[in-house]
Amino acid sequence: MNALHTTFAALRKQGTVACIPFVTVGDPDLEVTRALLPALAAAGAHVIELGVPYSDPLADGPVIQRATARALAHGTTIGDVLQLAQDTRIDGLDVPLVLFSYINPIMQYGINALIADAARSGISGLIVPDLPYEEAQDVRATARDHGIALIPLVAPTSHARIASIVAHADGFVYCVSSLGVTGERASFASEGFALIETVASLTDVPVCVGFGISAPEHVAQFSRCCDGIIVGSALVRTIEQHSEALLDRSRRVQATRDVAHFLRTLFSQSSGGAQ
Amino acid sequence: MRGPDAHGRFGPFGGRYVPETLMNALIDLEQAFRQCIDDQSFQEDLHTLLEEYAGRPTSLHEASRLSDALGGARIWLKREDLLHTGAHKINNALGQGLLARRMGKRAIIAETGAGQHGVASATVAALLGLTCHVYMGEEDMRRQQLNVFRMQLLGAHVVPVTSGTRTLKDAGNEALRQWVAQVEHTAYMLGSAVGPHPYPMIVRAFQRIIGKETRQQFLARCNTLPDVLVACVGGGSNAIGFFDAFVDDASVQLIGVEAAGSGLDTDAHAATVSKGTPGVFQGSLSLVLQDRHGQVLPAHSISAGLDYPGIGPEHAYLHHINRAQYVAVTDDEAMHAVEVLARHEGIIAALETAHAVAYVLKCAPRMPRDAHIVLCVSGRGDKDVSTMMAYKEAHA
Repeated sequence: MNALHTTFAALRKQGTVACIPFVTVGDPDLEVTRALLPALAAAGAHVIELGVPYSDPLADGPVIQRATARALAHGTTIGDVLQLAQDTRIDGLDVPLVLFSYINPIMQYGINALIADAARSGISGLIVPDLPYEEAQDVRATARDHGIALIPLVAPTSHARIASIVAHADGFVYCVSSLGVTGERASFASEGFALIETVASLTDVPVCVGFGISAPEHVAQFSRCCDGIIVGSALVRTIEQHSEALLDRSRRVQATRDVAHFLRTLFSQSSGGAQ
Repeated sequence: MRGPDAHGRFGPFGGRYVPETLMNALIDLEQAFRQCIDDQSFQEDLHTLLEEYAGRPTSLHEASRLSDALGGARIWLKREDLLHTGAHKINNALGQGLLARRMGKRAIIAETGAGQHGVASATVAALLGLTCHVYMGEEDMRRQQLNVFRMQLLGAHVVPVTSGTRTLKDAGNEALRQWVAQVEHTAYMLGSAVGPHPYPMIVRAFQRIIGKETRQQFLARCNTLPDVLVACVGGGSNAIGFFDAFVDDASVQLIGVEAAGSGLDTDAHAATVSKGTPGVFQGSLSLVLQDRHGQVLPAHSISAGLDYPGIGPEHAYLHHINRAQYVAVTDDEAMHAVEVLARHEGIIAALETAHAVAYVLKCAPRMPRDAHIVLCVSGRGDKDVSTMMAYKEAHA
């Protein structure tokens, strides 16, 4: 059984909303990412999204663009991300891992090869932000064959498309909280909440929300209506702010704790709350 | 069978690789476009603007002195440089502007490289009473200061893009990102035959007037079809519009000229067909300059309009089925060609167009005297004079 299914089933039983941090792998370098993941798990992460850096991230705002540029500056590849996933298992990390990648790095690696290698590396889910379901047949079928969940995105503009998208959903459905690219928002209009409600009425697959969530109040608001909350840019910005200390081995342990503390604080008011 | 198919594919190329947030907007745009293109009143409105505002039809001029000097084929020039705003870009901007107005959009956003599409978009926005934001790489703003000022005079907001290589590719990324944020009220006016379906189809439809007129004009003058068409290719909008009326005429050779920058044996070029591989970039599957890990590589050309690591999916397809050939010429060859054309015909071409001219300088002398080449003069060179001056100073 896919680890995402097991994790979400257990969380639902407890009435706990899933804490899902996103990190750009290789930002500021691979060694730091490897050190960060167990700290995020210890701070309450239930699932971790591993972002594959890509030169032209269309769905991302400036914070993740900068992280991507830092990761690419020393040549982080999708293969490195899979290797990191394996390494973290050796380190004893046991939370489900989701690979987040634009389609082109996957295509150049080879769709079949990438998904087979991801499965071998202990990846449970795959998010491809520029692969709408019409273009996703190959990836979806291959992922299914390898026991990897292809996690679809739905947006406030998806309207009539929602039913078809969630019909194919596996792992969880990723609801885009509001229009726009990734990046912190001050507050959220009702459209995001309405979207979550619509999606939840159409599927039993867990419903998670992301894009812009950056304050404990946001987490508290969304935790009342969905199964999980994804925190990307706000966490990536925190990593950026600590990058000098993270890169310095003598200060790394403390900096890692500081980043993890930020995640814990975000979820401190959520229903059930991350531990 | 001419593409795209129902999935927006030209053979294996094309498609729609965009964030979910944009999908319905693209579907709505496709629907509105299909309605307009069959609608007589839309066609009449567009036709009137093209004729009375933009200056169509453009002339087909026989470049006799240049032909004589080269001593080979007869060379004809399709004069898109004579259009209002100075390039073929206005054809597409008028079409997409009318379409945006029909869809009830009050605002447009656009990307620009050389600034020609930005100027055309700003012009059409002023004409139709729409607000306009143009995304332009900082590096291109420096190279094309004149066009930045023109856009501002026309009331458009020029937004500097500081990510990546600060050129056309990054402007395109940023325009798409901004569209994601305001998709419900804003039309994205894409300037080249690239991007997700339906853009390559829409841009071709509004640029095909170039080839349609050329065909009629040439038949009227020579009572036959030309042997070779030559056009420059960045994303490929002038070339696709120029080629379109001739694609089914197997006897007409179609040649797209890319920018070889400092040379194909260097890393500094924009020769996507010669050096690219299949990949997804800015919403469609086409040929892309990329490394083996799928990271898009920076392009280089002295011409901001060709300085782009992608190419329209239909060009990738025409190359794939061997219907069109794609060649590349260097910065130096293009600069030389500007002068040759200027001195023989009194026409200062844009640096983009100069790449096509440079290829004609190579191929015309090898062809017989009764052969005909038609060159698409996609734009005029006014915007490039400071780049040309700097080049001449550096190479004096």
